[in-house]
Amino acid sequence: MAPAAKAWLVAAWAGYVLAPWYLADPLSALGSGGGLWLGLTRAPWLLPVGLALVAATWPLARGLDRTRAARWLVAAGMGGLAVLWLQGFAVGLSGWGLGLASLLGAPGPAQGGMGLGAAMTATSLLMLFCAGLAGLGWCRGDAFVTSSIGLVVALVGLFVLFPVLTILGSAAGTPGGGASPALFVSRLADPSIWGLGCLAGNGTCGVAWNTLFLAILVGLGTTLLGLAFALIATRTAFRYKKALRLLSLLPIITPPFVIGLALILLFGRSGAVSALLFDVFGVPRSRWIYGLPGILIAQLLAFTPIAFLVLIGVVQGISPSLEEASQTLRARGWVTFATITFPLLRPGLANAFLLGFVESMADFGNPLVLGGNYEVLSTKIFFAIVGASQDQGRAAVLATILLAFTLGAFWVQHAWLGKRSYTTVTGKGDSGLAPPLPRRVAWLCYATAIPWALFTFAVYAIILVGSFVKAMGRDYTPTFEHYLTGFRIEQTPQGLFFSGSAWNSLFVTLKVAVLSAPFTAAIGLLTAYLLTRQTFAGRRAFEFGTMVSFAVPGTVVGISYILAFNVPPVEITGTGLILIICFVFRNMPVAVRSGIASLSQIDKSLDEASHTLGARSFTTVWRVIVPLLRPALVAALVYSFVRAMTAVSAVIFLVSAEYNMATTYIVGRVEAGEFGLAIAYSTALVAVMLVGILLIQLLVGERRLGRRTALAAAPAPALASS
Amino acid sequence: MPRHAPASIEFRSVTKRYGTVTAVDDVSFTIEPGTLVTLLGPSGCGKTTTLRLIAGLEIASAGEILIGGRDVTTQAAADRNVSMVFQSYALFPHMSVLDNVAYGPKVQGLGRARAHALALEKLELVGLSGLGNRSPSELSGGQQQRVAVARALVLEPEVLLFDEPLSNLDAKLRRRVRDDIRDLQQRLNLTVAYVTHDQEEALAVSDRIIVMSNARIAQSGTPRELYEEPASVFVADFIGNANLLPGDLLREEGDRAVIQVGALTIDLPRRGASRGPVTVAVRPDAIRLHGTQPSSPAIQAQVAKAAYLGGHVEYTVGSALGELFAVDRTDRTPMPVGAPVWISFADRDVTVVPR
Ligand SMILES: Nc1ncnc2c1ncn2[C@@H]1O[C@H](COP(=O)(O)OP(=O)(O)OP(=O)(O)O)[C@@H](O)[C@H]1O
Ligand SMILES: [Mg+2]
Repeated sequence: MAPAAKAWLVAAWAGYVLAPWYLADPLSALGSGGGLWLGLTRAPWLLPVGLALVAATWPLARGLDRTRAARWLVAAGMGGLAVLWLQGFAVGLSGWGLGLASLLGAPGPAQGGMGLGAAMTATSLLMLFCAGLAGLGWCRGDAFVTSSIGLVVALVGLFVLFPVLTILGSAAGTPGGGASPALFVSRLADPSIWGLGCLAGNGTCGVAWNTLFLAILVGLGTTLLGLAFALIATRTAFRYKKALRLLSLLPIITPPFVIGLALILLFGRSGAVSALLFDVFGVPRSRWIYGLPGILIAQLLAFTPIAFLVLIGVVQGISPSLEEASQTLRARGWVTFATITFPLLRPGLANAFLLGFVESMADFGNPLVLGGNYEVLSTKIFFAIVGASQDQGRAAVLATILLAFTLGAFWVQHAWLGKRSYTTVTGKGDSGLAPPLPRRVAWLCYATAIPWALFTFAVYAIILVGSFVKAMGRDYTPTFEHYLTGFRIEQTPQGLFFSGSAWNSLFVTLKVAVLSAPFTAAIGLLTAYLLTRQTFAGRRAFEFGTMVSFAVPGTVVGISYILAFNVPPVEITGTGLILIICFVFRNMPVAVRSGIASLSQIDKSLDEASHTLGARSFTTVWRVIVPLLRPALVAALVYSFVRAMTAVSAVIFLVSAEYNMATTYIVGRVEAGEFGLAIAYSTALVAVMLVGILLIQLLVGERRLGRRTALAAAPAPALASS
Repeated sequence: MPRHAPASIEFRSVTKRYGTVTAVDDVSFTIEPGTLVTLLGPSGCGKTTTLRLIAGLEIASAGEILIGGRDVTTQAAADRNVSMVFQSYALFPHMSVLDNVAYGPKVQGLGRARAHALALEKLELVGLSGLGNRSPSELSGGQQQRVAVARALVLEPEVLLFDEPLSNLDAKLRRRVRDDIRDLQQRLNLTVAYVTHDQEEALAVSDRIIVMSNARIAQSGTPRELYEEPASVFVADFIGNANLLPGDLLREEGDRAVIQVGALTIDLPRRGASRGPVTVAVRPDAIRLHGTQPSSPAIQAQVAKAAYLGGHVEYTVGSALGELFAVDRTDRTPMPVGAPVWISFADRDVTVVPR
């Protein structure tokens, strides 16, 4: 047996015998103790796990040869994991699970959530199983590779697929705990979801139609604005390009609902603009901003940068020589644009549209802040869970519909666009010069982009100004009051005391963001390495599994985590751990993508050279690949850090009194009408993020390539927010 | 580190499949310790795959691979005592030249100082001492190639592999570097497997050549055996561009045979051929062209193309036997196109090809 496998065997036994098997839970009927001790005394269903460990130790004790030992490990690992999983569901928090009660008589034994000991044992069994597979020659006998695959599969299975499947389960679930397809159908057909009253002129439309309508408008709007920006940035000699670009990227490091908040401060009943209009023109103050107009404007502002990032890549990707070729064929500027440039842009436009569409559906903060009577799925799900009705089944059905929409959009993107990429960058030097935009198009771009940019500027100005005045729209006396409320630090005899009301959530947020970023980067880049450098059975399914969470809206993730992890065997709601896990698996797909983009630029023969020089996979990854992956590492770290600071939708379900996040705290302040504190906190958050990004750049450092001509940097992944 | 003695390489019925593609099909051969053996063949015939199987970068689908008599069939690349020089050189771009060469000893757990000492020694061996601190991109193509060789040599492997090591170099440099490699191999007494598709390169450096075609071995032998006694039409054509002419074996006379080719009757080693139609391979050098009809029997032909190439003149002539390719090293004045010529064969470089 390899030394690593021996170490895992020791860890498995330690987890089973020494570490406390269950979570420290005062209510637990079984008390604390190691798995073995509990198994022998009160929880006999834990004994088969011990049997698996004996089986895993057997080859070592008998000194079996490599292949035979490997077979034992595979069998023991697989059997042990299966037993562990089954007993976890068979013996639930309050008696038999899995429908055993009717067979064996209620209530039966009970157990709590798995703790440190169980986690250690499960991990070690998995690793032993993988070591066994390597011993049987899987993945060229490379235990590092089999273990990595095993680890990623297990984690994605547990924290992505299992929760999503749980949703589907509880969408058909009866309050009693059974499942009924009829109930599922009746919930699904609810007129409040699919009603078309607004078309007939009486009443409102169903929430599904509302969501769809909004998403289509946002998709179209962001695509047009993004295109105008991309064309100005790449194809004109506009003087303030840099400022425009910066302005268009600012929303990425802004929590999305902050824009909604700024809109309220501008156009709400007591907003700055409303007040001005009333005083000067006598326009009555109204609540028009609450509802479709408000959400639409806020989402356009928030998600245009994504469309911009996608489209600027596509515009730059069009080989100028194609357009030059067209011009030498006597096609004038406008004709070339209409017949060559625009058709080549079409897949990019479709892509940008789909991203805007999905982002709008997944957005939670803006509809929450600005929705008024206009209900969308994501908020409806939230209120089904936290509202008076507390109807988990209904929430699960709504989540299923939302999931179907977003998965459908991604499916369309994959099936239709995947085959239709017109990117014409070849890797050969292209010496052509892109032609300037035709006049008409250029003016059109300016006419859309500049007012929009000014508007964004106004929004940010409001945020900054608003945090330093008493009350926007009413009282413009300068003050630090809001910052002091949030971030007061007092000097006491015991030392510094952070008495500001925001400190607690800020510290938690920083901790979660700082902890989740490296894990996201590590698991994402590891997955990218496996996908680009290793061939193994089921690779396509593996790739799909790792990308699923990208298409799952945050609200759906939030509710699925509640449904899946509120009960044993994996009971982690209310802890800080669930926040970290949630971010790691939500942001992992971006890390995977940027890793794949970078890795495919690094020639495989570098790995092979390292292997023939006696380095194993792990050494090769560490010494050759990681140093070359720095740009992807920065992208992954920055992305997951920013997302952990700005996301609301998923975490609003998962925060607890002890572990509150900055964004949810701010949303709470908005709902309580404390706008000043809310924007002061938001401004501080943006500042913290900027510092964080700079620190990451500094820590990871540049890739030292020493090339005559530098590698093209990995394409920046589209930063999305929710 | 102990100096490893060169090891033998043995393939026993090795097959490598990628899905439905069979890249190496039931191949068996032995490479003796301390020899340089070339794998030669047209593009896509499985040379690189064979080399990667030796290195352990691919694992055989069937069959056994032995290095130094030990079975390494399922062993990973990192566990084999085999080094490889890649076609692209695969120098690590984020390390200096010295760090590149010292990489092997470092990952083997030797200390930094020891690793650097070994690396410097090997850099000197390939004539690059003093360039250790440069980055690979600051070297010329030929220098990069030598760094790759130094890096492969530093662990003093039992077997050294080269995959088309010269294809990125210009023609002049190629000649020099190939001599350097041969020189190094003989000086250090290394077992080397060397892939190329340049037959001249193969003939120049090899102790033995393995010619591959369609994932199988077409023939293996010393350069001379391959050139003078090709085992198949494919080998005769691939090495040395032989003219393949239809002949008629008239009489078997022990280990010799009398064969009629057009108007000529020739006496050749029989090489297992029997009475009836045979193929005769005639090297371009072995075709004698006569401007006037000679007294001895000759085949009549007509000049179709003539190219003056300095040291010799190349002709394509049309005859009753088809188009023939001939090289004339005696007369430097090309004959005009359309001129009638008569053809006879030299004594050597004419051979019967078994079917
Ligand atoms: N990873 C792979 N998957 C599928 N087919 C492959 C793979 N690698 C090689 N092949 C196929 O195996 C055959 C042999 O490939 P190989 O690289 O050994 O050729 P080669 O003799 O080195 O050719 P060249 O002289 O062009 O380098 C080819 O037909 C190739 O297409
Ligand atoms: Mg090759």
